[in-house]
Amino acid sequence: MSLLSIDNLKTHFFTKAGVVKSVDGVSFELDRGEILGIVGESGSGKSVTGFSIMGLVDQPGRIVEGSIRFDGQDLVALPEPKMRDLRGRRIAMIFQDPMMTLNPVLRVDTQMIEALRAHGKWTDEDARQRCRDVLGQVGIPSPDERLKSYPHQFSGGMRQRVAIAIALLHQPDLIIADEPTTALDVTIQAQILYEVQKLVAEHNTAMIWVTHDLAVVAGLANRVAVMYAGRIVEMGTTEEVVNRPFHPYTSGLIGSAPSRNARGTRLTQIRGMAPLPMNLPAGCAFRPRCDRASEACATAPDATTPEGDHLVRCHHPLGVGQDRGTAA
Amino acid sequence: MTVFIIRRLMQSILVILVMTVLVFAGVYAIGNPVEILISQDATEAERAAAIARLGLDRSLPEQYLAFLGNLVRGDLGTSFVFGEPALQLVLQRFPATMELAICAMILAIFMGVPLGLYAGLKPESIAGRTIMTGSIFGFSLPNFWQGLMLIMLFAVILQWLPAGGRGERGEFLGIESSFFSWDGISHLILPAINLALFKTSLVIRLTRASVRETINLDYVKFARAKGLRPRRVIGLHVLKNIMIPLVTIIGLEFGSVIAFAVVTETVFAWPGMGKLIIDSIFQLDRPVIVAYLIVIVCLFITINLIVDILYAILDPRVRLSDQKA
Repeated sequence: MSLLSIDNLKTHFFTKAGVVKSVDGVSFELDRGEILGIVGESGSGKSVTGFSIMGLVDQPGRIVEGSIRFDGQDLVALPEPKMRDLRGRRIAMIFQDPMMTLNPVLRVDTQMIEALRAHGKWTDEDARQRCRDVLGQVGIPSPDERLKSYPHQFSGGMRQRVAIAIALLHQPDLIIADEPTTALDVTIQAQILYEVQKLVAEHNTAMIWVTHDLAVVAGLANRVAVMYAGRIVEMGTTEEVVNRPFHPYTSGLIGSAPSRNARGTRLTQIRGMAPLPMNLPAGCAFRPRCDRASEACATAPDATTPEGDHLVRCHHPLGVGQDRGTAA
Repeated sequence: MTVFIIRRLMQSILVILVMTVLVFAGVYAIGNPVEILISQDATEAERAAAIARLGLDRSLPEQYLAFLGNLVRGDLGTSFVFGEPALQLVLQRFPATMELAICAMILAIFMGVPLGLYAGLKPESIAGRTIMTGSIFGFSLPNFWQGLMLIMLFAVILQWLPAGGRGERGEFLGIESSFFSWDGISHLILPAINLALFKTSLVIRLTRASVRETINLDYVKFARAKGLRPRRVIGLHVLKNIMIPLVTIIGLEFGSVIAFAVVTETVFAWPGMGKLIIDSIFQLDRPVIVAYLIVIVCLFITINLIVDILYAILDPRVRLSDQKA
């Protein structure tokens, strides 16, 4: 049985201006030791999916439908004290902006030890030892000294390492990483990606890596889910999705990023803008921006699997049947 | 830290000096106290004698220098009206005002912070909205009217508390204060509440706004993602951050409560500094006015120094010794 199994998850935000369907029917499964990349533009619902799993969706949002089964229990129905017991201990989260994730007025040791003590009794010495070990694991030099520092005494990359260390404190079964390298420069990003991959492999931890950068996911994830307007429009192994995308949107995302293979050619762009979540077009949400749109697209496409487990939600998938080979 | 404090003290001396010039010039401009102090039918000779006795026959700069020289020796002149040293007169009233101010600020903090916290955490709830509406009343009711209503309700109709004056003082560890006798406390309650209501509203609104701002920040969400209990998330992660703006405002307001408790002191016949300064202004009792203002400036400087030190304790990003301030 898979570690995490999400079925038809719908997280909506009930604002005064209307209902925002941030996550609108997302389903996927995740095994231990597996890394799933969730890719999408801002507002596609990828972060909200992560927060839904953590049970940290803020007002006025709430999960209106669907189930999140984690190791046999449904997190949607789980009462808050039990959910809190899972948070940080079995499911941990890393946030996007390392400058903002650590509390500026509390020392690093305070913030690490409180995370340990939230889930059991720790003596001072044991807790410190554990913090030192984990800080060492994520590549922070002289952890002893660093424990006594405040967050502002660290660089952005170092802060993100501290945040990752906090996530690793309890050796969770699942880590949700919400664009953790977006705010960092490329060299630090590469280091952190490498280290995270190593740590996850060592402990057989499952991971959801939320990002808008397909290139990051390509080198990291086993599988990729592409989200658009609250839905997963394509999901498959990284190799399938990156090299043989079915969905025109995925193909557009890949075409819009520079790559070694397409040196010298113009980058393609997806025309139009991501739709406002308040008034999504009926049918396929990507229809107004899609070159392949037809009248059939006025009805929402169902998820199909034209090849193996490679899922797509499109009436006119690329590379299926006669179209094979025209993909980017 | 030591460097910071020394630098601050030097600045303070400068501030006091500038202040004395302003006050002296300002008070001098108000009018001639001789007109008030000497009866209409006094002879020219009596008049001249009085002017000479008060030192008013010399030029303004001369008077100022004489005043400065005395100030250094801790002598702020003798009250024209009471014939007592002005500083002593002000300092005699000081404990009464301090009692009132401390009591009012404690009330404001211990009512304002929890109420503001609640209103910030549950802004849509009925209680949250009620707190905010109530705080508008706290802001807009005229202080003197509010004081009169408190007297009407609790002293006249219910007869629970005395209407005015300062009660008996108790003694504890050699300190004499209203805090140490029941009679003293019962006299303190109404004026303190009257003085505290406005400040409470201010603290409520500031706390609420800060909570609303802080609660959505990533570090609060991250704290929750660690599986911390709400009590720790709010009580440590949120509260320690909102203390920074709160300490600023509370510090400033504490100064203003001491300096401007005039209305409350008048309504409740509280024998504090506020009442003294109003009487002195009416009678153009220059030495008392100047002494009062100097005491108040010193007080503000001290409070600000304490606020700055508290900043450094609350916010590690503030390094006092590195500051140019």
